Amino acid sequence: MYSAQNETLIPKLGVVTDVRVDTPDVKTFRVNALEGGVCFKHIPGQCAMLSIPGVGEAMFSITSSPTDTEYMEFSIKKCGCLTDWLHQMDVGQQITIRGPYGNGFPVETDLKGKDLLFIAGGIGLAPLRSVIRYVLHNRDNYGKVDIVYGARSADDLVDIEEIRKEWATARDVNVYLTIDREQEGWDGHVGFVPSYVKELCFAVDKTVLLCGPPIMIKFTLASLQELGFDKTQVFTTMELKMKCGVGKCGRCNIGSKYVCKDGPVFRCDELDELPNEY
Amino acid sequence: MLKLAIDRLPELFAGLAENRALYLPTEQAGQVEYGPWTPEAKVRLDALNTVKSAKDLFFPQSENLMAFKTQGKNISILDTRKEPQPFVIFGVRACDAASFDILDRVFLAEPVDSYYAARREQGTVITRACFEPEESCFCGVFGIDALHPAGDIATWETGGFLYWDSLTDKGAALTESVSGLFDPADSNELAAAIDRAKAIFEKLPLHDLSLNGFDGDATARLFDSPKWQELSQSCIGCGTCTFVCPTCQCYDIRDYDTGHGIQRFRCWDSCMYSDFTKMAHGNPRTTQLERFRQRFMHKLVYFPANNDGAYSCVGCGRCLTKCPISMNIVKVIKTLGVKEDV
Amino acid sequence: MQRIFGIISEKAKQLLSDGTCDRMIGWKRGEFFYDPTPAVFSGAGDLEDFVYDGFCGSNLSKYLIQQSAKEGKILALLKPCDTYSLNQLVKEHRVRRENVYVLGVECRGMLDIDKIRALGVKGIQSIEENGDQLTVHTLYGDKTIERSEVLLEKCRCCKSKEFATQDDLAVTGEPMPEAPADRFDMVKKLEAMTPDERFAFWRSELSKCIRCNACRNVCPACSCVKCVFDNDASGVASKANTDTFEENMFHIIRAFHVAGRCTDCGECSRVCPQHIPLHLLNRKFIKDINEFYGEYQAGADTESRGPLTDYTTDDVEPSVVMQRGGGK
Repeated sequence: MYSAQNETLIPKLGVVTDVRVDTPDVKTFRVNALEGGVCFKHIPGQCAMLSIPGVGEAMFSITSSPTDTEYMEFSIKKCGCLTDWLHQMDVGQQITIRGPYGNGFPVETDLKGKDLLFIAGGIGLAPLRSVIRYVLHNRDNYGKVDIVYGARSADDLVDIEEIRKEWATARDVNVYLTIDREQEGWDGHVGFVPSYVKELCFAVDKTVLLCGPPIMIKFTLASLQELGFDKTQVFTTMELKMKCGVGKCGRCNIGSKYVCKDGPVFRCDELDELPNEY
Repeated sequence: MLKLAIDRLPELFAGLAENRALYLPTEQAGQVEYGPWTPEAKVRLDALNTVKSAKDLFFPQSENLMAFKTQGKNISILDTRKEPQPFVIFGVRACDAASFDILDRVFLAEPVDSYYAARREQGTVITRACFEPEESCFCGVFGIDALHPAGDIATWETGGFLYWDSLTDKGAALTESVSGLFDPADSNELAAAIDRAKAIFEKLPLHDLSLNGFDGDATARLFDSPKWQELSQSCIGCGTCTFVCPTCQCYDIRDYDTGHGIQRFRCWDSCMYSDFTKMAHGNPRTTQLERFRQRFMHKLVYFPANNDGAYSCVGCGRCLTKCPISMNIVKVIKTLGVKEDV
Repeated sequence: MQRIFGIISEKAKQLLSDGTCDRMIGWKRGEFFYDPTPAVFSGAGDLEDFVYDGFCGSNLSKYLIQQSAKEGKILALLKPCDTYSLNQLVKEHRVRRENVYVLGVECRGMLDIDKIRALGVKGIQSIEENGDQLTVHTLYGDKTIERSEVLLEKCRCCKSKEFATQDDLAVTGEPMPEAPADRFDMVKKLEAMTPDERFAFWRSELSKCIRCNACRNVCPACSCVKCVFDNDASGVASKANTDTFEENMFHIIRAFHVAGRCTDCGECSRVCPQHIPLHLLNRKFIKDINEFYGEYQAGADTESRGPLTDYTTDDVEPSVVMQRGGGK
């Protein structure tokens, strides 16, 4: 009666084919299916459960774009038991992977044709990178692109090479980088993302994709509102503990919404409808 | 409708157990739990609530999902599932039977949980009407009729007979396999006993518990209520309420190194536990108040919001009798509910 | 019970209104007559739902870890056996005694609603206490039972009617009933079993465990900020018993951890949803400690070193004692 096709808890195998050291605590892993190519198709903003058997399983943003058809990438910050282990991986290491999970960003609907403002803090660039690469690949489908990206220091900017070489040079794309404190050799902007966003005084007809630590999201949203943006223009992503990925294990809910299934992407006005527990 | 003299129950059990496992309430070291039937088993059909609910048969407290072997950088995934076998649960009360619908809404929603689905498919549920409810029973509040329980087959025990009525095709098929034991019966033979019991149900102290004020739209009013503080203040953060509850279905997935490989298993988890939502970089529910609130908001507000207004409670009363500090869903409902006439 | 309740209420009102205490921890009336909940009352005007009756079996001492860390003084209603737990917590620097005002409350032995149900009593509506007898009114008629038959296990073997610590007492002066049983009777029975019989007894009991952690969370001796069984990094963290070994070992390890500190408050067995007689593990340790090191009651005072955390040159060799068949 029930088909065995949706074996959502049973993962596939993937193999690490490249490891890039981004910052002192962030590495980007390129993962392929054992037979090559991607492990599964996804849309920007969706996530995958990665695991090392015996160590743990956790949800990570897929940082590559669906337009990267040869591989998948994950930018992972070292912050716990599993991520410590992942950071020790070399090329050739197999991992388990299942997904894709979550709703993703509305790249083919709400975002299409719009001027886009990406705002990221630290590892918060991970889910946005997928969208940025997607947008740059389908450049004609979107309007102007502004990218504000901040980190603690110049050394903590993830994907900095790609940002400078590919994003900053793309047509109709402006990149604004900032770091929290003065640093030798840094001649760019210094200051926190929320105040930088205010300084930059963006036109309010843009659609915003905002991602970073909760505190940064909170203050940046306030800055955007001061500039005249409405919460309905701002999309963000949430992160809570997850086990199943399909809204059944019961731990990633905010009110009646499950972040794994109904999120991780929420429009900021939708979040207002939910209890303040995240 | 069919009937069978009570003294022939052992024959019925032997017949049901002939080609499949039969689970029913049995006494184990003084406690009544669903256990496999054997001719020696101490069957306790008189018990209203088993300690753990019947959900254990479909969603076991702990089950292996798969295994892994690792060698150097390579991993192999082993499917450790066994071919599902047919089984029967006998003596399920109306509340527990109703809990299966609630679990179905979670586990059979897309994407279907194949582990649960396989057991649901293989299991035949034989329910048992309650003629002597406890004071802690309040299934009627959720529209459950303890005198006409759901299931594949419903049974009633009265006047020295077990009355038997197939409600589904699955039930009819099972009845067929043991039909030689039964005599035909008329449902009118049950009428007097049912009327007597109805009078008792109307006298139950919680029969008129009002759910006014609880629905999928009540999040804002209830979430920020200051009353959660007093309700949760003496909660010791154990998992008793969640583990004895027939509708609690949160689970954890963990790995276990057997020494010969890794077993990935899933086990019941409890939102009352401090690490339930703890991540490497923080925890959105840092105190017991938030964990306690989550449990009841889920049952009374979030679940209805996602499931056409259905509550995730069947009024079995287990949390009323088992909570170490005697805090329970009835006290929560009465404290936070809205009086109907307001 | 009515009389003692009146005495406690009067004293509590006095202490809360004259500024001696800022708040009180006691029991709040339940949905039925037998299910009061531990609760903090904010002042003399907040005592409307306060109750003290034969169903206030819970030990409030452990709540004082958090409560005594707060500002102000809390009035704690402690039964004689509960005061031992408080002392032990003070000894372990878990409770700030200066922030607690102990009102020792008289106890005739607390009732166990589950034991009443186990006698086949269904649909309980109310209970009348007539001395040593209880009349239970139910939806299905009345039933009379002996009070001593349905006491909580800890009260059946009451270890003391004396208060180990108190700042004031609420007592009627009436004689309190004697405990009907010796608290080591079952331990002796277990000791007399063959190892195989004993193993079978414990397997049958411990196989019921659902790992709800109620025993641990309620235990005043289990006051670690983070339990090893909750610590993912420990390698032994576990939510479900993976196998029979874990079923056994969780409780045995816990019993070892509280050995010498367990006051035999009996909360572990009281809260166990499966009625596993966990207190027997602790009582075995207590009995052995008594035999090896002389009579010892954890929580009798707040200063002395416990026998398992102390060394004296005339400490016995356990092996020698066992060869002699126990006793110092």
